[in-house]
Amino acid sequence: MMKRIISITAAIYLSVWSTFGQDKPMAYINARIIPIVGPPIEQGILLVQNGKIKAVGDARTVRLPAGVQTVDLAGKVIMPGLVDSHSHVGGGSGGDASGPIQPDVRLLDGINARAASMQRAQAGGITTVNVMPGSGHLDSGQTLYLKLRDNAVKIDDLLIYYKDGKYAGGIKFANGTNSIRSGGGAFPGTRAKAAALVRDQFIKAREHGDKIKKAGKDNSKLPARDLGLEALIEVLDGNRVVHFHTHRHDDILTALRLQKEFGFKIVLQHVSEAWKVADEIAKAKAPASIILIDSPGGKLETTDIKFENGAALEKAGALIGFHTDDSITDSRWFLRSAGLAVRAGMSREKALYGMTMANAIMLDLQTRVGSLETGKDADFIVLSGDPLSVYTHVLQTWVEGKKVFDRADAKDYLIAVGGFGAATDGDMHIECFDGDIGGGN
Amino acid sequence: MKKYFVVLGFFLLTAHCLLLTLHAQIAVKGETVWTMAGEPITNGVVLISNGKIEAVGSTASVNIPANYRILSAKVVTPGLIDAHTVIGLNGYMNQPHDQMALDGSSSVQPELRAIDAYNAEEKLIEWVRSFGVTTIHTGHQPSALVSGQTMIAKTTGRNVDEATVIPAAMIAVTIGQSAMAGTGKSPGTRAKQIAMLRAELIKALENSKKTDAPKDLKSEILMKVIKREMPLLISAHKSQDIMSALRIAKEFNIRVVLDGASDAHMLLSEIKSSGFSVIIHPTMARPGGDAENMSMTTASKLKAAGIPVALQSGYEGYVPKTRVVLFEAALAAANGLSKRDALALITIDAAKILGLDNRIGSLAVGKDADIAMYDGDPFEYTTHCTGTIINGRVVSEVIR
Repeated sequence: MMKRIISITAAIYLSVWSTFGQDKPMAYINARIIPIVGPPIEQGILLVQNGKIKAVGDARTVRLPAGVQTVDLAGKVIMPGLVDSHSHVGGGSGGDASGPIQPDVRLLDGINARAASMQRAQAGGITTVNVMPGSGHLDSGQTLYLKLRDNAVKIDDLLIYYKDGKYAGGIKFANGTNSIRSGGGAFPGTRAKAAALVRDQFIKAREHGDKIKKAGKDNSKLPARDLGLEALIEVLDGNRVVHFHTHRHDDILTALRLQKEFGFKIVLQHVSEAWKVADEIAKAKAPASIILIDSPGGKLETTDIKFENGAALEKAGALIGFHTDDSITDSRWFLRSAGLAVRAGMSREKALYGMTMANAIMLDLQTRVGSLETGKDADFIVLSGDPLSVYTHVLQTWVEGKKVFDRADAKDYLIAVGGFGAATDGDMHIECFDGDIGGGN
Repeated sequence: MKKYFVVLGFFLLTAHCLLLTLHAQIAVKGETVWTMAGEPITNGVVLISNGKIEAVGSTASVNIPANYRILSAKVVTPGLIDAHTVIGLNGYMNQPHDQMALDGSSSVQPELRAIDAYNAEEKLIEWVRSFGVTTIHTGHQPSALVSGQTMIAKTTGRNVDEATVIPAAMIAVTIGQSAMAGTGKSPGTRAKQIAMLRAELIKALENSKKTDAPKDLKSEILMKVIKREMPLLISAHKSQDIMSALRIAKEFNIRVVLDGASDAHMLLSEIKSSGFSVIIHPTMARPGGDAENMSMTTASKLKAAGIPVALQSGYEGYVPKTRVVLFEAALAAANGLSKRDALALITIDAAKILGLDNRIGSLAVGKDADIAMYDGDPFEYTTHCTGTIINGRVVSEVIR
């Protein structure tokens, strides 16, 4: 009983605090600010309150409010928190071996919010991430867009909610060899068969959707529920983005062909041979999320992957994002991808845009994250120097106005560079909290 | 008679021209020349003749002869050395036909020679060469108790004979989880791995004492280890596995080079007192399994403890199929090592561990003319390698 009273009191207190309480405004001053949208600002001011950006500018354009707390970041660089449009942090699972198309399966139901890989992503400056199931299926299930907030005890703590109460996420599709099985069964044995299976399923979904519409409010006319088709109807309605794993140039074109036929929102993922079909990708207005790999090959579909993909897509005029595909590349040096792309001819501006805003657009989250603009979430990183230098470290990562990573903190440093216990899952890392929260560690 | 001299003259001229193309005389100028044999030289030049380094110094002190081809770069370094890789045996396609670094039929196969599997035309060799890598220590991969021999090659040559520097360099041994033989087979535990390794060394020793013993390829090569002519390259990540390696080395008084060695940062004094060198895991290797405690700062800690250390690209089973030691050294430079010490991991310190510092690893008169050229700080993400020279020949001019 006593316990209940305490928890009710706490609940009331919390709700009052969140309704009327205002966080103290914080101003991060004197850093070089790269807002991504708009030119860099020398000796900039980033004003944050209640998890949102209140103002971005310099001493001439930003008036500091009364009671503001200032943090001097002279010599440092501030840019938006990085957005990773394709990752596997948290070790989540997707569809099983029962079939090639499993749109009903949700990554939500099989991911570890306390995985060390989640913390490594924070250490790499990633604040928003699209976590996906694997590529061994034509459709391996629904993906999750997460905010890498601190103090996560469960995956719910990292979700991004829309106004209608639904949580944000896309759906994973793949073509090429990963989803092809030579043994027959329900999985495709050829590329053409793979495309046919996907077409067939979308047509079923469209028909299912038509039946639902036709039934109107008459429940007796509703078709039997089908979770998979319901998810694909969301795709057909443009409410769930298809993240299409595709490497080879012909597979890229097949993905675009399917997109054209069914009109869904697509993000091309990996696109290892993008340099061969950059114009086609741009013409289809298909966003492309690329990955930079230290050597070609490792699998037959990536023997022609090039550092030059970014430059080729930029020249063609496509929207280019980057991803880690963690653990293919480690989230801690996500910025390195942009560096290597610039090495191979991409512009600095587009490369940094690709790490942030372009990826936000691909996740339909551009109104909330991806740039430092008034009204957006206060997701930002503090860097020790230029974002494209190997010597630069992510010093701090902030999500919604709260610090989730600090290289000066011993535990965070361990995550950033590795060492004994650094890779152990489930070691809950709590900022500004030294007590026992129970069941955490 | 006169005709004879004319023919001879023609012959000599042709031979001379041929020699010039093969081993052209080149002057490599650099705004910064990292010789790795002293302080870097500002506005330096390296003269190359007949495949060897003829002179190194500042442009003020070294006279460039008129007939030398002049190459210029912002930064010049010795050709890079990858102290442990598997490329050439393993290829970029990652298909059964190009994966030759591990035979699964038995856990102990020291008789497998790297030179019998090395594909000099492998694309990954060309790939690392385009970043300045000129020498690789390659061979059988970790993940069998004794997987086979390693070799040292230049990243050039049309075939294995042209590429090879040392045909049999070390014997690759792995202790730990990745070298278990599978259900029902030995080794199935760490202790069994060590028992088997001891048994093989003892068998070789006993065979060597018998005059009538039948020829045995395993014992023959392991005797080279026992006679200290060849080291074991022991891949061991966990602390207990590194300690086992040190223990077995002591028991048989053999030479060991520690490889991978994720937990090395916890065993600095033990490794230091063993006198052994460490070829540390790639800085950007993925933490997990036996390698869960790896740290990006281990190279700097080993260096500070006075332990000889070099860097490897290692073995990769998937994507990327190989790492590039230049990139791995760059991250080491960003995590505690000075630029010079990080560069040493992939040049002179690697050469010392491979026993080749008389030939490669630094820019000094008389050494092989292996040189890498860059248009900026070699470690920066946005810098390009602009050329690679091996044995005095320009072997890569792609800007990468």
